Amino acid sequence: MLTIKNLHAELEEEGKKILKGVDLVLEPGKVHAIMGPNGSGKSTLSYILAGREGYEVTEGSAELDGVDLLEMEPEERAAAGLFLAFQYPVEIPGVGNMTFLRTAVNAQRKARGEEELSAGDFLKEVRAKAKTLKIDADMLKRPVNVGFSGGEKKRNEILQMAMLEPKMCILDETDSGLDVDAMKLVSEGVNALRDGKRSFLVITHYQRLLDHIKPDVVHIMADGRIIKTGGPELALEVENNGYADILAEEGI
Amino acid sequence: MGRAETLKALRADAAAARMAGLTLPQGAAWANAARQEALARVGAMGLPTKRDEYWKYTDPASLTAGEAPEAALFTPDERPMFDGTDRLRIVFVDGVYDPEMSDDMSGENLEIERLSTAMAKDIHWSKDLYGKLETEGHDPVERPLAALNTAFATDGVVIRATGKVSRPVNVSYLHRATNSDAILHHVIRVEKGADLTFLENGPAAARLSKVMEVDVADGGAFHHVRTQGRDQERRAVTGSFARLGAGSTYKSFTLTVNGRLTRNETIITITGDEAVAHVAGACVGDGKDFHHDDTVFITHDAVACESRQVFKKVLRNAATGVFQGKILVKPDAQKTDGYQISQSLLLDDDSQFLAKPELEIYADDVACSHGSTSGAIDETGLFYLRSRGVPEKEAIDLLTLAFLAEALAEIEDEALAEDLRERLESWLKRHR
Ligand SMILES: Nc1ncnc2c1ncn2[C@@H]1O[C@H](COP(=O)(O)OP(=O)(O)O)[C@@H](O)[C@H]1O
Ligand SMILES: [Mg+2]
Repeated sequence: MLTIKNLHAELEEEGKKILKGVDLVLEPGKVHAIMGPNGSGKSTLSYILAGREGYEVTEGSAELDGVDLLEMEPEERAAAGLFLAFQYPVEIPGVGNMTFLRTAVNAQRKARGEEELSAGDFLKEVRAKAKTLKIDADMLKRPVNVGFSGGEKKRNEILQMAMLEPKMCILDETDSGLDVDAMKLVSEGVNALRDGKRSFLVITHYQRLLDHIKPDVVHIMADGRIIKTGGPELALEVENNGYADILAEEGI
Repeated sequence: MGRAETLKALRADAAAARMAGLTLPQGAAWANAARQEALARVGAMGLPTKRDEYWKYTDPASLTAGEAPEAALFTPDERPMFDGTDRLRIVFVDGVYDPEMSDDMSGENLEIERLSTAMAKDIHWSKDLYGKLETEGHDPVERPLAALNTAFATDGVVIRATGKVSRPVNVSYLHRATNSDAILHHVIRVEKGADLTFLENGPAAARLSKVMEVDVADGGAFHHVRTQGRDQERRAVTGSFARLGAGSTYKSFTLTVNGRLTRNETIITITGDEAVAHVAGACVGDGKDFHHDDTVFITHDAVACESRQVFKKVLRNAATGVFQGKILVKPDAQKTDGYQISQSLLLDDDSQFLAKPELEIYADDVACSHGSTSGAIDETGLFYLRSRGVPEKEAIDLLTLAFLAEALAEIEDEALAEDLRERLESWLKRHR
């Protein structure tokens, strides 16, 4: 269970306040969506949960199954079961996608005291999972995300998620830049991971992703806070009317 | 005294200091003459000082000192280098040939013997090359330490490839005495259409001076892979002088980890049309005592030739890397394709990379590019890897290897490249 309480954060260098009291509780097996205007702090929230440097948490807490996330290194958070699908997946020239995946899978296994996956088992698993995401052998061989199209990068994020089998998945605008077919592939990839225990925090601007990945709860984030929480109908309201009414209602 | 006179006096002092304890080896008349000529060149030039333009970034003092500074021994705890390759192995211990550890000097399409043997013969083909390519290599930049080597080299190998040489020749240089001072010189001739792979490995001595003169005839191919050992304290100055005939190929890769001072010079003159010269290096240095210098000078003096310089250095804990690379395109060298890249990955703020990339082009129909960069680990990439569960150190190693990959990719033999990559990976791991 992910529990975020009154989380305040600012940019370390400029001291600019970005998160101004985020509260959120995400139970196992649930899908929560976060929507909100650009610049409201959605990506920042996801980065802070994943442990990116450059932010200072000035107040509040974030726990995964009762463990303080904010005290951990990014790799420890990953081993604890947190996964962030990046809004902008990073290119890593010189590191093969396959090497990257195997290193990540085995590092997490090692951190959890499990045996490393044998080369054969690993290959079998990657190939099967890549196939359902229509990721071909060439994409697995190429350097991580280098020369990948926007859609390929996003599918690659989902492949990593599928291989790492996290318990808490955060998807930051995984739908942006995807055409209809790619959106379907990605959604199917996500839905295949839904098992009643795994939780998802889906950051998106669009209802269309939520047609495929059905949320239990929808939050609206603005100016560093969650200003409104509701059911799936809230996403429809945003789709039809934009954020203006909601923002006005909350006095922003 | 004016500045020029001061410099000349300093150079003469350096030469006198260096030669104080040296004696000219004796051999056949031609060999003695070649050594005397080299001695005269040293006399005229003196030896470099820190004030010389091409020694601005690298202090040559320990290379010109009368005695080799002590260098602690290091015992590698791994498989011998190149052991996966069927090769003809020749071993020098502290610069002295070791017949016990060396293989028989023979092979298919191969004439090979010790330099000292060749230089004792009244007639020998190496007469036309010994000291000759070195001499030509002084224009326009003087290389006095190479001339000193030609004068005083005690041994080395002379190799003539007359066809495709199936077994690579591997010269291994072992370091067993803390104060050893080795001066080795190789002469290599790759005949028309012949093909030779030359492998070198090891630190050689507390201080090594090594010159290699390579003449590649028309259509010949010379492949060179070298690793310079992992000794922390050894010093080395090496000079590779090559002349390339029409349609010939020269491809060289050097891996350097550790060593207190390394100056690797490569001077290539392309004299035949459509020849190819690739020189690459990967270097990993740790600590303020680490100083590594690649100095490369490629002259295009023929039509439609290609040259490539790819140098990558990883520096940490106040290590220093230097790159001085030049592409000179003579007026008639039309359709030259020249490429040069030198890059450093600085793992902390105290390490430094000093680069002097130069292009000098006198022909109009050429494509030449060069670039030099210095950068830290990509923080975004590092976070991405860590967010996937890869521990920080492991992630840095992965990014470091990725940085070096472009240079390692210059090794044509994929098995060799993979072997070196794996060794590098384990060295990086152990260092933490
Ligand atoms: N590293 C940064 N440097 C400067 N401004 C930043 C940085 N990260 C975030 N911001 C600012 O913080 C605010 C929130 O950004 P972000 O979390 O990306 O919003 P969202 O994902 O909701 O669009 C924006 O005003 C953005 O410009
Ligand atoms: Mg965002």
